[in-house]
Amino acid sequence: MATLAPPIEAAPTTGPDRREFDIVPVRGLPFVGLVVIGLIVAIATNSLWAIDFYHVVGGALWTALDLFLGLVMGPIIGSMSIPARLELTTRLMPKMLLILPTVVMMTLGAGFQLARHLGNLSASSPLHGWIVASYIVVGVMATISLGLLEPANIAVLFELKKERVDVARIQRLMKVFIYTAGITGLMQVATLVIMTKLASG
Amino acid sequence: MAEPARGVPGDGRLPPIQPIAIAVIVLIAIGGIDVSSYLPRQAPRAPVIAVLAAAALLLAANALLLARIKPFNWRRFRQVGGWYLLVYALILGTLEYVFVYDKVRGAQLAILTAMLVIFALNLPLLLGFSVARFQPPDA
Repeated sequence: MATLAPPIEAAPTTGPDRREFDIVPVRGLPFVGLVVIGLIVAIATNSLWAIDFYHVVGGALWTALDLFLGLVMGPIIGSMSIPARLELTTRLMPKMLLILPTVVMMTLGAGFQLARHLGNLSASSPLHGWIVASYIVVGVMATISLGLLEPANIAVLFELKKERVDVARIQRLMKVFIYTAGITGLMQVATLVIMTKLASG
Repeated sequence: MAEPARGVPGDGRLPPIQPIAIAVIVLIAIGGIDVSSYLPRQAPRAPVIAVLAAAALLLAANALLLARIKPFNWRRFRQVGGWYLLVYALILGTLEYVFVYDKVRGAQLAILTAMLVIFALNLPLLLGFSVARFQPPDA
């Protein structure tokens, strides 16, 4: 999951405009539905191209978003004014709430099927060790994103909806993004190494 | 018994719901990696069942700890947890479909399904708690 913003040190509260945002952008849900249906069709039709497409596109988006948000956007957000950070957070984080689970599902669902098609799932495959390594990387990322980042993310969004925003609480919650940014970045680099090794045989 | 929180529950002392939920995620990840690394053959059952049982026990303990928190914003917990339950039912249902489609059967399928069910219940509990703890308690 993406790492977003460094902590917010001061405490302005803002007017009603800032609170008027959807925690889940409902207009994006049909697109998510289309992606899920496409994934199921790709698997059900055993189309190697479609499965490969889903895995490569999903994986590229997932890794690029994670690294870009953590390494590029994070420091930029850290240098922004507090109102600007809150503004960006309320616009960006709800979208991430839809985009990231979708690309993760695309990548993992299609990736498992791709490994099966290519014979890498079998313990006798010379590349099986790399597949198991990818399971471990996904396990670490899932633990961090689902156990630490997602709870902080959703709690921050609900906090931002309040009439009086507790900026100190948001600051505490968002520290987890900084603590885990290094591990997430390392896991994404490991993913790139494993996947390029699997692709080149 | 969990110490009653004053004001906003998240600012008071609460039971370790999040660490326990993370432990459940870790256990399910370990079990999932173990089972998946043996596919299409079956992984040795005893370690996987032990991991599964530990995860189920921790989840049940967490639910009990959560139920004892007073006061708490149960309305918000149900709202957030309910929606996440729907989302993860969809995501994990897709994974279950993949297992069935790949002809995983018998005890292996039962173990994987149990893991998915525990996972699907654990995450809404964690996420619902993460939001509700910072909301004013129910009147």
